[in-house]
Parts: sequence; C-alpha cells; structure tokens
Amino acid sequence: MTDKAVTAPPPKRGTTSLIYDPKARSIFFQVLTVVILVVVVMWIAHNVSSNLARSNTASGYGFLGGRSGFDVGQSLIAYSSDSTYGRAILVGLLNTLLIAATGIITATVVGFIIGIGRLSKNWLVAKLCTVYVEIFRNIPPLLVIFFWYSGVLAILPQPRDAIQGPLSTFLSNRGLTFPYPIWGEGASVIPIAFVIAVIGAIGFAVWQKKRQMATGKQLPTGWISAGIIIGLPLIAFLAVGAPLTFDYPVEGRFNLSGGGNIRPEFVALYLALSLYTAAFIAEIIRAGIKGVGKGQTEAAAALGLQPNKTTQLVVVPQAFRIIIPPLTSQYLNLTKNSSLGVAIGFPELFSTGSTTLNQTGQAIEMISIMLTIYLTISILTSLFMNWFNAKMALVER
Amino acid sequence: MKKTLLSAAIGAAVLGISSAASAATLDDVKAKGFVQCGVNTGLAGFAQPDASGAWKGFDVDYCRAVAAAVFGDATKVKYTPTTAQSRFTALQSGEVDILARNTTWTISRDTALGFNFRYVNYYDGQGFMVPKSLNVKSALELSGAAVCVQSGTTTELNLADYFKTNNLQYNPVVFEKLEEVNAAYQAGRCDVYTTDQSGLYATRLALSNPDDHVILPEIISKEPLAPAVRQGDDKWLDVVTWAGYALVQAEEFGITSANVDEMKNSTNPDIKRFLGTEADTKIGTDLGLKNDWAYNIVKNVGNYGEVFERNIGQGSPLKIARGLNALWSKGGLQYAPPVR
Ligand SMILES: N[C@@H](CCC(=O)N[C@@H](CS)C(=O)NCC(=O)O)C(=O)O
Repeated sequence: MTDKAVTAPPPKRGTTSLIYDPKARSIFFQVLTVVILVVVVMWIAHNVSSNLARSNTASGYGFLGGRSGFDVGQSLIAYSSDSTYGRAILVGLLNTLLIAATGIITATVVGFIIGIGRLSKNWLVAKLCTVYVEIFRNIPPLLVIFFWYSGVLAILPQPRDAIQGPLSTFLSNRGLTFPYPIWGEGASVIPIAFVIAVIGAIGFAVWQKKRQMATGKQLPTGWISAGIIIGLPLIAFLAVGAPLTFDYPVEGRFNLSGGGNIRPEFVALYLALSLYTAAFIAEIIRAGIKGVGKGQTEAAAALGLQPNKTTQLVVVPQAFRIIIPPLTSQYLNLTKNSSLGVAIGFPELFSTGSTTLNQTGQAIEMISIMLTIYLTISILTSLFMNWFNAKMALVER
Repeated sequence: MKKTLLSAAIGAAVLGISSAASAATLDDVKAKGFVQCGVNTGLAGFAQPDASGAWKGFDVDYCRAVAAAVFGDATKVKYTPTTAQSRFTALQSGEVDILARNTTWTISRDTALGFNFRYVNYYDGQGFMVPKSLNVKSALELSGAAVCVQSGTTTELNLADYFKTNNLQYNPVVFEKLEEVNAAYQAGRCDVYTTDQSGLYATRLALSNPDDHVILPEIISKEPLAPAVRQGDDKWLDVVTWAGYALVQAEEFGITSANVDEMKNSTNPDIKRFLGTEADTKIGTDLGLKNDWAYNIVKNVGNYGEVFERNIGQGSPLKIARGLNALWSKGGLQYAPPVR
C-alpha cells in the first residue's frame, strides 16, 4: 500500500485532492479547533459580563476585607467571626493543605507497603493486598468518606462516656482529645537546635558518602543522623530546664474542655483520602517494580549483590523513573478530592469559600479565587514532582 | 468560508445571550407556560414532596399562588429544590423565577446580592433545640456546647453574634446540607441544633424521638421569611408581591376557596374590585394579568389562613400557632395594602 502511494503519479492540485491531502486536512482541522475555541471563550466571557450586569450585584474583590461574621470549627491560625472573609478563605486553604500534606504522606507509605505486598511470595499477604486494592479502587471516594464519618466515627460514645486512653487521651464522637503541650520560656531554642541538627545530619551524610567513595568504608549513616536529629533538640530542651507543661482535658458540662482536639471530620477525611489514594499508589508502585527488566535483577545477582541490596540499589532507583509521573497525578487527585470534605463539614477551602460566596453573593469572584488557588497548588505540586523526577533520572543515568 | 462560519457562530452566540439576558420575567413565564420556583430541598410544612412526588407546603403554596394568578392554574409550576448555599445562585443566574424558600429578608440580600423582597410571608425568629436529657433550661447555659448549624444561612451568623455578645464559648459543627445537620444532631455529634423556630419544629418532627428534644424559650433574632425575585424587573416583582397580598387580603375579606364562587356575587365594592367583577376594571390587566387573577388564587390555593393552617398550623402535624402571623386586625403583623 505504501509502495503504491509512492509509485503512483502525484495527484492533481484540485479541490478533491485537497480533501484527501493529509497535510491540508490537518491544517484545516487545527484551524477549525482554534476557531471553535476562540468562539467558545468569547461566548463565555460575553455571557459572564452580561450576566453580571444583569444580576445587579456588586463586583470586585473589595469584599475580602469585610467582617466574615461566621465561625469555623477548625483553624490552624487565630480566627473568629470578627476576622475578614479573606482570612476565612486562608483558614480553609490551610486546612486543605493540612489534609493534602498528611494525606499524601500516609497514602504514599500505605501505597508502598500494599504495592510491595502484592508482589510478595507469601500467598496470604499478596491476596490481602489485592483485595485492599480492588475494594478501595472501586468505591467512589465520597462513599469512603461517609463510611468513616457516619459508619465508624459516629458510633463512638458521647463525651460523657468517652473511652479513656493512655496519657489522659479521650476518644469520643467529638474526636480525639489529648493533653496539649504548653511551651514555657526558652523553648524557642528547641526548634533552632532542630534546624542545626538537620543541617548537621545532611553535612554528615555528604561527608560519609565522600569517605565511602574514597575508602570503601561504610558507617551506619541512618542511625547516626537519627541520633543527631533527636539528640541535639533533646539536649537543648534539658539545657533550658525542660520548659514544658500540659493543658489536660477536663470534663465540662457538654464536652471535654481544655486540651487539644482532633475533630472527627478531619480524621474521616484524612483516613478516607489516604486509604483511597493508597490503592492507586499501590498499583503504580507494583507497575514500577514490575517494569524493571528481570535481566537487571539477574545481572545484579551475577555481580554478587545480595537480594535486599539489589532492590535498594538496582530495582528501586529504576522503578522510580516509572513511578514518579503517575504518582504526581495521584497527589494532585488527593489534593483536589479534599474538597469533598465539604460533605462532612470539614472547613477546607471549598467549604469556607462557598460560605463566603453565599454570604457576599460574589459568585464570579469567589469561584475565580478558588480556581486560582487549586490551580496554583496543583502546579506547584507538579513542578516539585518534575524536579524530583529529573533528579531521579540523573542519578539513575 | 471560514469567515462566514465564524461570524455565524458569534452571531448565534450573541443572539442566544441577548434572549437569556432578558429582564421581562413575566413575559418569559407566560411564553414557557410555567413558573420555575426555587423551594427548600425538604422542610416539613414548608416545602416537601409528598408520597406521590407532588410538592406540598407553605412556601410551595406561594409558588402555586403566582401560577394561579398568571395562568389561572396553580399546577403550572416547576420546582427546583435549593439548599441554603445554592439558593442565591439559582435566583441570580435565572435558573428560577422566584425563590420561595424560608429565606430571611436582610439588607445585604436586598442590596449586594441583587434581590428584591416586598412582603414577609412568615415572621420567624431563631431558636435552639437540645436533647431533654441535657437538662438545659435556657440558651445562656450553653457555654462549651457543640452546636450544629447549616452554612450559608443567617442562622450561622446570628449564632456567632449571640455567643459573642453573651460571652459564651461554643464549638461550631457546620454542614452544607440539611440532612447532614440532622444526622449529626441525631448521632450526638453536637449538643444543640439551631435554626429558625419554624425549622426547629419541622426538624424535631423528623427526629426518631421528637419527645426527647426541647426547644429553648430564647428567640435570638428576627427572621422575616420572604419570597425573593431578581432586582431590575419591577413588573414581575409586582405580580409576585400582589399574589402574596391577595392571600392575606382574601382572609381579611373572609373569602375562602370554598366560598369564593359565592363571593363573586357580592355587592361589596371592595370585594368586587378584588375578585375582578367590578365593571371595566383594569386592576388585573395593569398587573399584566387577567382581571380574575385574585379569584384564581383563592379558588386554587385558598387564603392566607387556609394556607397556614393546612401546612404548618392546626391542620398539620407541626401545629404552629398563628402568633405574629395572625392578621393585623387580630393582633398579628400580616397586613395587605388596599387593592384599589
Ligand atoms: N432563614 C434563614 C435560614 C433558612 C434555612 O436555610 N434554613 C435551613 C434549616 S431549617 C433549611 O431550610 N435548610 C434546607 C436545605 O438547605 O435544604 C436564612 O434565610 O438564612
């Protein structure tokens, strides 16, 4: 067929031939796509502006400085009904970031364990991991959230009958209440000591790597680094006289008062998103490891590398190259899915944003703010993961 | 060729927009043949689909009254259930023609949100409900309680203000949907439920054990519930306003759905003007309707008293007393300007 096309006489430059000319066709369709896109965008823009004009609502972002008037159940920063709408949105954003960060870490750890478990030679472990993946992958995340919120956490007892755990912790349907640490004078040296310790540990690791290159001798880097990172802040803590007291929860008329509290809405969302996303990550990990050629493992064995060294030095670094790009999409999914928290009253960005939208009526402005924030979070995550990917690829060479 | 395609497409888009942007709701409604009414997603007595799927309730009857005035047929309504959050966007975007959904008339909704309210169909106020077992007698004892509340309401704002002015601590448990608030209260996630008093009565009925819950005596706000329309369409505002007043006026005249046909023969000039039987009357046509608009409302829907008793009063499980919602002539606040 290709032969024929090559040997056939060149087609005449007529209209019919233009239709059959792949080049002309491709140009035509590209132009058409652009035209349609431009028309659609213009139509949307026109629609928005005429609708705005018609709805007699105020526009602009000035409302962000107004008093919000509503309270939020959980906040990482000081917030009250006297704070501004802008701050309410910030409270939501920080809660979204909190869920995203804790969820991503947990999902990655659980995903790794399950993914490797599925490849295990132990039949039971492999089957259990398969069942996990199949269950969580096939249930909508909203249902998983409700399962935790209404199915598990709502069954916990009232605060009056709270389950008492060790160290004055209480578990009830109002969440986990625990003694809250109150740092006294001089406590600020502890984080400083921690930062110094981390820098020291990194320096040590670099030095030890050089030494190993030069002499072939190894030191237990992991243990020594952990010792530095834990030890130095501990010494600092003791040196300034252990300035730490606790605010213990006590039973009030309605609730446990005092202490710190982790609300069930957070726990339900965190568990649901972590476990749901972990199922996808497990599959990515499995695919990544399977994707490293068998020859690589065999070659490593032929060189005399032990099986765990083979995994650590040969398989994992190569698997990373396959794993990281799809892992990024899972991180983005988890972050975006955090907006489902609105269904169980977790005050994340979408929730405080919608309330602001409702109280002020600034629909276009609030939607644009929320879109921009989610987009920014996603782009930053992608950029970071791309950087990490590039670094991994370089190391692997 | 591409040029014509482009201009045709833009032309179509622009034309489409200009018709969507029309401000003459009454003409639109007449043309499409029904009123699109934003109601509650399900609040006993105010708006709720019955077993056969037909919407019933106090607010629903206001939609039906408008349909009766426009079409002489109260069934020409389509309902859009709206949550506290979604209701305003639904009205602003033109998805609904009226919002009759236990919505409080406030200045910011009247101005910044771009709506118009003209009369109050139910005078309400915010209250608290607690389980009897907590032994609470007054809202002032509630310091430290977890309070369930729906977001996007005046309720959530009044709550913050009330606890702040009385120097009480509380723990807000805020949900977007009514069912979630109800479920959380029922599950004991919070100690207190707060919303409009009318809503409290309706919600209490829906609980598995209504008698285990008490409504506290404090009323912490004014909640004048009122139907809303978009600003900038005075003709439609007039129709919706007078449909509501007609219900009240009919009660004042003693006209009911049962005796309205008889009343048509009345010689009382006020009633003749109201029912459109006066010779050469222009009252209905000036509204953009037929002259028997008020007759159709009363015939199809009844008067304010009938609407009240049947949905939320003594003829309903809610058994709410008329209170502030009695006629002005009986010590209440319901008052209609004269039809003349
Ligand atoms: N009147 C208040 C509150 C109205 C309101 O939304 N009440 C709640 C609780 S009774 C409700 O009807 N929710 C039903 C829903 O969102 O589906 C307001 O206008 O903001």
